[in-house]
Amino acid sequence: MQITSALPIAKMVGANRLVLGNGIVHVVGDANLSVEQEKEVRRQLVQKALKALQADNTAA
Amino acid sequence: MRIVHYLNQFFAGVGGEESAGMPLDSLKGAVGPGRLFEQLLGDDAKVLLTLVCGDNYAVENQEEMVAAAVQRIREVKADLVIAGPCFQAGRYGMAAGALCAAVQSQLSIPVVTAMSEENPGTDLYREMIYIVDSGTNAAKMRDVAVMMMNLAQKLVDKIPLGLPKEDGYFRRGFIRDRFVEQTAGQRLVDMVMAKVKGEPFESEMVPTTFSPVRMPPGVKDLSQAKFLLITDGGLVPKGNPDKIQGSAATRWGSYNIEACDNLKGEDYEISHGGYDPQFVRQDPDRLVPLDVMRELERAGAIGEVYEEFLSTSGLANPLSNTRRMGREMAEKAKQLGIDAVILTST
Repeated sequence: MQITSALPIAKMVGANRLVLGNGIVHVVGDANLSVEQEKEVRRQLVQKALKALQADNTAA
Repeated sequence: MRIVHYLNQFFAGVGGEESAGMPLDSLKGAVGPGRLFEQLLGDDAKVLLTLVCGDNYAVENQEEMVAAAVQRIREVKADLVIAGPCFQAGRYGMAAGALCAAVQSQLSIPVVTAMSEENPGTDLYREMIYIVDSGTNAAKMRDVAVMMMNLAQKLVDKIPLGLPKEDGYFRRGFIRDRFVEQTAGQRLVDMVMAKVKGEPFESEMVPTTFSPVRMPPGVKDLSQAKFLLITDGGLVPKGNPDKIQGSAATRWGSYNIEACDNLKGEDYEISHGGYDPQFVRQDPDRLVPLDVMRELERAGAIGEVYEEFLSTSGLANPLSNTRRMGREMAEKAKQLGIDAVILTST
């Protein structure tokens, strides 16, 4: 799976498990937050990534 | 004209799938389609050598097979290398493409092959070499051979090629200068008008197409899964040991994180010319989320994080390059028995 802040590019090349990152300069971070808050943002993104990894293709 | 021709075991008449494991062999003179090539090119064209390799062997030992084949081609002082036609045979196409690309870059002699558009070899090598569109029907061997030899003759004689459509090869993505009567603005308005009226028109810019990627089944049990972290954000150890370029990278690296609970800014640098690296430099976990992955690992939510992460820089890179690196990374993940990959992209 891919965490990216450039979603259109990932979609264009056919990636199929995608999570939108938190900005190109810190895909899984946030420089404006405190260290703990930032880690929470990262935790949530990784949790979403894990969910995406478990998904099966249900499309016909 | 001295020609070397590459064939798989099937088109060489050796056998089918049961012979796909045969190593590279060289036969004197023309075999199968090679005879047709000689006929089409005329009297001074001779297939000196026919290289034959089983499809499985070629793909499983590609580097070795290509190196040995290039050596034999060098020895006979060939003027031209022809591979295939491969039609839709995927392994055959991959081998033919790899061989032609290597011959072209190492021996600087013309190469021609032919495949169908859906052949994975077309996708991977169309930007590097001339691949004639063979379609999928092997019964069209003669038509395909005519197109291949027309192209080959032009390449050997250094005659400028026609457009891809005219000479029957897949677009390589070259841009050519040409004098035209109308300005870009006029042509554009004409196209828009045609489009509005539902009339046919031909775009001058054809976007690259990407074939669909099959989605593998989901990971059944995360707590047993082995994870690999990859990034294209250019994170490398201080000093950039593999000299990964910050733009149009041709290499990727694999870096040990075994003893790390998280990634420290002082140990790493960014080799990527396409984004402001100051935030990742401060804390590389903002790009490669190792700290959180370690938490999950300790909590038993995920099985394990593999002891290295892979990295390259994804910027201004030709597709042929990125596809190759992607394949190499996927191959490594497969060998390591990785169950899940998290790729973070800037």
